[in-house]
Amino acid sequence: MSKITLKINGKERPVDVSSDMPLLWALRDKLNMTGTKYSCGIGQCGACTVLLDGTPMRACITPAASVAGMNITTIEGLHPEGEHPVQKAWHKIDVPQCGYCQGGQILTAVSLLERNQNPSDADIDAAHSGNICRCGTYHRIRKAVKLAARYKRGGAK
Amino acid sequence: MKTPNENLNRRAFLKVSALASGAFMIGVSYRSNAAQTQSGPDAATWSPNLYIRIEPSGSITIVSKNPEGGQGIKTAMPMVVAECLEVDWKDVTVEQANLDDRYGRQAAGGSRGTPDGWNDLRIAGTGAAYMLRTAAAETWGVSIDSCKAENGTIVHEKSKRTLSYGRLASLASKQSVPAVEKLTLKSRPSEFKLLGKRIPGVDNKKIFTGQLAYGCDTRLDGMVYAVFQKCPSFGGKVRSANVDQLKKAPGIVDAFIVEGTDNLKGLMPGVAIIAESWWEAQSARKQLQVDWDKVQSDSTADYTRQAEALTKQSGETLGENGNVDKAFDKAHKVIESQYYYPFVSHANMEPQNCTAYQHPSGKLELWAPSQNPKSGRSLIASTLRISEDTIHVNMTRLGGGFGRRLTPDFMVEAAYLATKVNRPVQLQWTREDDIQHDFYRPAAWHNLKAAIDKSGKLTAWENHFVTFGSGKRTVSGANLSNKHYPAGLTPNFRLRQSLIQAKVPTGPWRSPGHSAYCFAFQSFMDEIAFAGGRDPLDFRLDLLKQRHGSTDFDTERAVGTLKLAAKNANWGRSMGPNQGQGLAFHFDHGGYVAYVAEVTAQASGQFKVDHVFGTADSGPIINRSGADNQIEGSVIDALSTAFLEISFSDGAVEQSNFSNYNLLRINQAPSISVDYVQSDNPPTGLGEPPIAPATPAITNALFAASGKRVHALPLGKQGFYI
Repeated sequence: MSKITLKINGKERPVDVSSDMPLLWALRDKLNMTGTKYSCGIGQCGACTVLLDGTPMRACITPAASVAGMNITTIEGLHPEGEHPVQKAWHKIDVPQCGYCQGGQILTAVSLLERNQNPSDADIDAAHSGNICRCGTYHRIRKAVKLAARYKRGGAK
Repeated sequence: MKTPNENLNRRAFLKVSALASGAFMIGVSYRSNAAQTQSGPDAATWSPNLYIRIEPSGSITIVSKNPEGGQGIKTAMPMVVAECLEVDWKDVTVEQANLDDRYGRQAAGGSRGTPDGWNDLRIAGTGAAYMLRTAAAETWGVSIDSCKAENGTIVHEKSKRTLSYGRLASLASKQSVPAVEKLTLKSRPSEFKLLGKRIPGVDNKKIFTGQLAYGCDTRLDGMVYAVFQKCPSFGGKVRSANVDQLKKAPGIVDAFIVEGTDNLKGLMPGVAIIAESWWEAQSARKQLQVDWDKVQSDSTADYTRQAEALTKQSGETLGENGNVDKAFDKAHKVIESQYYYPFVSHANMEPQNCTAYQHPSGKLELWAPSQNPKSGRSLIASTLRISEDTIHVNMTRLGGGFGRRLTPDFMVEAAYLATKVNRPVQLQWTREDDIQHDFYRPAAWHNLKAAIDKSGKLTAWENHFVTFGSGKRTVSGANLSNKHYPAGLTPNFRLRQSLIQAKVPTGPWRSPGHSAYCFAFQSFMDEIAFAGGRDPLDFRLDLLKQRHGSTDFDTERAVGTLKLAAKNANWGRSMGPNQGQGLAFHFDHGGYVAYVAEVTAQASGQFKVDHVFGTADSGPIINRSGADNQIEGSVIDALSTAFLEISFSDGAVEQSNFSNYNLLRINQAPSISVDYVQSDNPPTGLGEPPIAPATPAITNALFAASGKRVHALPLGKQGFYI
């Protein structure tokens, strides 16, 4: 065990972890931040997606110790009242079914829209192809990302 | 068909309570239920299931009694209450019930939540509005008929006086309770203000902010985490394990052998490892060495060999109408095909888990993402030999169900571990545990044979169904009724069945049976249509007009659903090269669903599902957004599952994670449009009906686009990829 400091959603969080403990389990079991989900444990499904200095990465295969000092954004850190354009679009389109993968989907969309103000279906598909949704909300994810893009550009309310 | 009124349970009673705060609470109960669940002289003084609470402040709480796993019941059923109570949806707070016998059935299965809740919730909402009107009438000294419930207030139209529900709550609770027979319940789309609209899920905001607790998000003071290793080969027992070595690993609280039972759906033998964090338990597991005593060695290869042998035999005749043999002798043409589909897994995004705590008082408390918490409580009581009264189950949201969470094996595992540890314990399965210890949708072979006359009309249908059994009975999820389509539509009909003995666990998978066999039936229907030179739509419509006995569904509703799908897709329109349309329809769980799929296929086998038009007749639509979600999701689920296979070797599952059980991804997903025939029939659920016909609509389109008929799944083994 060693003490490290993680910078999560803008706050410094000291945490005691073994050298191989993935960030996912540091968040969930050490810090009780359960918005980041476990599903495959091998970086295949994207349920554990967090943003690392703005880039989506898989918390289930990233040792917590390796990201100490970097800016980590989890779903809890987006907007606490759901007022981020992506959260608003996700609600308007009513994307979730079970909802378990949606935190990862939303963070992936946030990152995409930082890079691309007007993504096409192909852009959305490329960005989200690492995020499995077992319930099959893909059709709505495409719509919601486009709506979020409009919200961000100020073109829709 | 039952009319809405006949469906109303006349034994229903309203029950009203007043709280010290002045809140008005209303619920519904049934004397027969109370007699079953209570004993003693007070049996008639039933406890109601309380659905609505109106506070003096005006806040309105509606209870949702069933598990929510993405089917949208937690939004749809409270909408029914709000519609009948005449309140603004934005003023409503929805509260999840825990397991409580006063609510009767609390399960997510069989698409029954909607039809079961439809009457109770309309009675509760309408009854509450009636009592609020009575209270206002008394206050104003006017007749109840002159008082109207509207948007959370009672209005006296003549005098323009109004009173809010909050102000009337206390007085309403003192009114005499109206007889259910006196209430006029809204039942038709034309009467609805809220129902039929697109209402976003009530838990959305919590999902989008990471605040929503699924089962695995339960966090309790002093909680420890567990993993549980079972024998990869189903049913295997532990001879020995190096648990003493594991106890020395970092963070380990305990490690021990669980003797377990022989019940494949219960507490199986294995090794439990408990640690301060889940990662520590899982890390120690990597050093685990177990000497297993295997009890079976089933394999896919052996199942296939048995199926080939059984196919040549005649099997057991489960039902016959007319004279099938004679019809084949006299036929203009006979068409024969074999269809096969493999075992598949549920693969919920949230792997199985459960949290349990044995309180010092003896109470056993669970936090369970279960589709059927009552069956879990019963399994725990019988396995641990404790009274059900000591078990309390908190119902968490489920990260997907699809039938997997109807089986409560994970609940009894957590409960058992809690009795061994003095702290709350969370059992979290890995993805590998989840895929390798599921209750699989059974594989099957359908040896189909049909006869047509010169006009292409179906004169005989025979199916030799080679499926899985235990002894002389089919295993869970492996049965097929001889009442199903096309029974009753063809003069000569026969179902034969042969059983392969299966020792691997099987169970219900979204629309059990239907979601599997519909692929075979609706594909074969296309083959029959083409053999007779008929258009697949016309052939199906004509078949639905034939009458040769009774059908287990309303053929008119089936025709209406098919026609709407065909109209929306402009069925038969000219398509580009390598493009094709396919259609299919099905009835199950009370719902009628038809699809037209459009596919572009390359000679290489690569294809793309361009668009799918879905239509359903499931009575009035309650939440348009939730209903659409079920149909859109079913199309994706069907396409995804058409590429998946669970295979067995030496009694164990060969797949382990999304790397080799790879669910469909967004870049492979079609766009989908949805439409409804909104009939006045009572509403049915939509969790299940949309899945079955989606697969054959796609594979029929694949045939139209490529000329290749899909006779077996998964598609990858047939040379198709996406």
